[in-house]
Amino acid sequence: MQAVMCRAVCRTFHQGESLVTGLDHVDLDIAPGEFVCLSGPSGSGKTTLLNAIGALDTPDSGEISVGGQRLDQMSKTQLAQLRLHRIGFVFQAYNLVPVLTARENVEFVMQVQGVPNAERRKVVDEVLAAVGLAGLEDRRPTQLSGGQQQRVAVARAIASKPDLVLADEPTANLDSQSAAQLMALFEELNSERGVTFVIATHDTRVMGYARRVVRLLDGRIVADEAQEPHRMAVE
Amino acid sequence: MSGALSVTARLAWRNLWRNHRRTLVMLLAISIGVWAMIFMSALMRGMTDQMVRNGLHTLPGELQIHNPAYRDDPSVANDMAWPSGALLDALDGPPVVAWAARVRVPAMISSERDSRGVTLLGVDPASERALGSAPTDEEITAGRFLQGPDDDGIVLGAALARKLDTGLGKRVVIMSQDPDNNVADRGMRVVGLFHSRLEGTEERYAWTGREPLQKLLGIGTQVSEIGATAHDYRHTDRWAPSIAAAAGSSLAVETWGELDPYLGSMLRVMDGFSLVFMAVIFTILSFGLVNTLAMAVFERVREIGLMQALGMQPGSIVALVLLESMYLLLLGLVTGNAVAWLSIRPLQSGIDLTAVAEGMEMMGVGTTLYPALSWIDMLFSTAVVVVLGLLASLLPAWRAARLDPVRAINQT
Repeated sequence: MQAVMCRAVCRTFHQGESLVTGLDHVDLDIAPGEFVCLSGPSGSGKTTLLNAIGALDTPDSGEISVGGQRLDQMSKTQLAQLRLHRIGFVFQAYNLVPVLTARENVEFVMQVQGVPNAERRKVVDEVLAAVGLAGLEDRRPTQLSGGQQQRVAVARAIASKPDLVLADEPTANLDSQSAAQLMALFEELNSERGVTFVIATHDTRVMGYARRVVRLLDGRIVADEAQEPHRMAVE
Repeated sequence: MSGALSVTARLAWRNLWRNHRRTLVMLLAISIGVWAMIFMSALMRGMTDQMVRNGLHTLPGELQIHNPAYRDDPSVANDMAWPSGALLDALDGPPVVAWAARVRVPAMISSERDSRGVTLLGVDPASERALGSAPTDEEITAGRFLQGPDDDGIVLGAALARKLDTGLGKRVVIMSQDPDNNVADRGMRVVGLFHSRLEGTEERYAWTGREPLQKLLGIGTQVSEIGATAHDYRHTDRWAPSIAAAAGSSLAVETWGELDPYLGSMLRVMDGFSLVFMAVIFTILSFGLVNTLAMAVFERVREIGLMQALGMQPGSIVALVLLESMYLLLLGLVTGNAVAWLSIRPLQSGIDLTAVAEGMEMMGVGTTLYPALSWIDMLFSTAVVVVLGLLASLLPAWRAARLDPVRAINQT
C-alpha cells in the first residue's frame, strides 16, 4: 500500500476573472518511508499538491489516497481525524499557537487525540530533546528564534507518530545554519523512525537531502527523479 | 476533563487575556449591565411588593372567603357562618400563617358637624394584625387601636376625622342596615386615629370590635368575610385550591388577583417591564460582546486555520469561541452580582422618594421605596446573560469553525 497515491488530480482557482490551473492531471505514488521533495518555481503547484495530499484542500477532480484511504470518500470530520492521527504538518510560517508554550504546542495534537497526560509528557520530553530544544519547553513562541520555532513545529509534527509528514517551505524563514540543522533532523527522523516526508521547496540545498525529487511546472509533473542525497554543511 | 476539552479550555482562557485592555472594557460593560439589571429588578420588585402589599392591606389578605352573593351585593344579608370543620382545619394549618373573620358593611358615620359614607369593619384586632390589615401601633397617631373583639370604641382615619371635624374621645353615630333592611344605628366613642400611607384608606375605613357590630346588626356570630395569608402573595394560586376544597361549594374562595384584577395585572406589567428592561440592556451588551468575539476571531484567523489543519474538529473551534465568551460572561456576572449585592444592601432600609411622593401614591406606593434584592432576580439575570450571551457568540463561533484552513493559514 502506498503512503500517498494521486491519480489525475486537477485543481483550478479563480483569480479575478481568469481561471488559474493549480494542478493538471497529476499522478504520483509515494511509498512508505520515502523522503520526497516537490520542487518547482513559484506557482508551479507544489503547495497546492501538498495541501491536497494533506486533506486541507479538495481537488476539482481525480483521486488521492493517503495510507490507502480515499480522501474524496471521507467527510469533513473524517478528514480532520485523518490529519489529526496520520499526518504531521510543518508550515512555512505561523506554525505555532502563540499563547501556548513550546511544550504545550508539541502536546497540542496529542491532547486533541486524547493521549493520557503521563504518556504525553514522556513523548514531549523525548521529541523536544530530539530536536535540540531541551530546556526551552516553557518558552512561548515569541521567546524562541525562527529556527527554534520551526523545531517546535517539527517536534509537534512527529510527536504523535504520524505516517506522513508534509512540510511546506520549512526553511524559507531560516538562516542557512538553522535550515541545515532542520533538514538533518528530517533526514534522521526519516531514516531512524521510517516517517514518510514530503517537502515542498524551491531551495536546492533542501532538495539535496531528498532521495527523490518531483519537479512541477504549471501544475504538471515534469520530472520525477531518484537521486543520491547531498547534504548542505552544518556549522 | 477530556484532552480536547482541556486544551480548548486552556486556549480560551489565555486567548481572553491576549488583548487584556479590550477584555477589561468588555468585562466592565457586562458587569455594569448585570448590576443595572439586578438593581433595576430590585427597585421594581420593591415597588411592586409595596404596591401589592398596600393593596392586600386594604383588601385584606391574599385570599378571601365569602358568601357567593357577597361580591355582587356586599350587604349584611349576604353573610356567612363562622368557619368550622374542614375549613377551620385548613385555615389553622400551613401554608396559612394568619387568618381573620370580620364583619364588613357599608355605613354612614356622622359627627356633630358632618356625615360621610365609610366601610365599617368589625374585627378581632389580634387576628387582623396577624393578617397585616389593621393599623400598626406606629400608624396610630392618637389614642389606641381596638383591644379585643368586644371593644365598642371606634378607630378612624386621621383624614376622615378632619373631614368630620371630630377627634379623639368624641362620639360619632354609626348608621347601617340589618339583614331585614332596617336601619341599625348606635353611638360610638372615637378611641383612636390612624395614619395610612394612602390618604384614601384613612377616609374610607373605620374600625370597631366584631362583637358590638354583630350585635348592632343582629347577625349573631355570622361574618361577612374571611381573609387569609401565607405571606407569599406571588404563589397564592398554589394553596388557594386546598382552601376552596375545604370551604366547599357553598362558599366562594377568591385570590387577591381575582378580587383586584387591576392589582394582579399591575404585578404582571411590572414583571414584564423588568423582563423588557433586561432584554434591552442585554441587547446593547450583546453588540459589544459580538464585536469583541468577532475581533478576536478576525485577529486569529491564521491560528484557527492552523488548529484546523492539525486536526481540530470544527465543533472544538466553536467550543473554543463559546468558552471565551463564557469566561467573559461568568467573570462579568460574578462582578456584576457582587456589586449589585453591595450597592442594594445599604439601600434596603429605604430610599426617600418624598420629592415624587404624590406620583408614587397614585401607583399605590408610599414615599419610601424599599429595594427588594431577590436571589430569583439574580438567578434570572444570570440566566438571561448566559443564554443570550452564548446565543450572541454563536455567530462568531460559527464563522470561525467555517474558516477554510488553507486560506486562513495563508492570510496576511
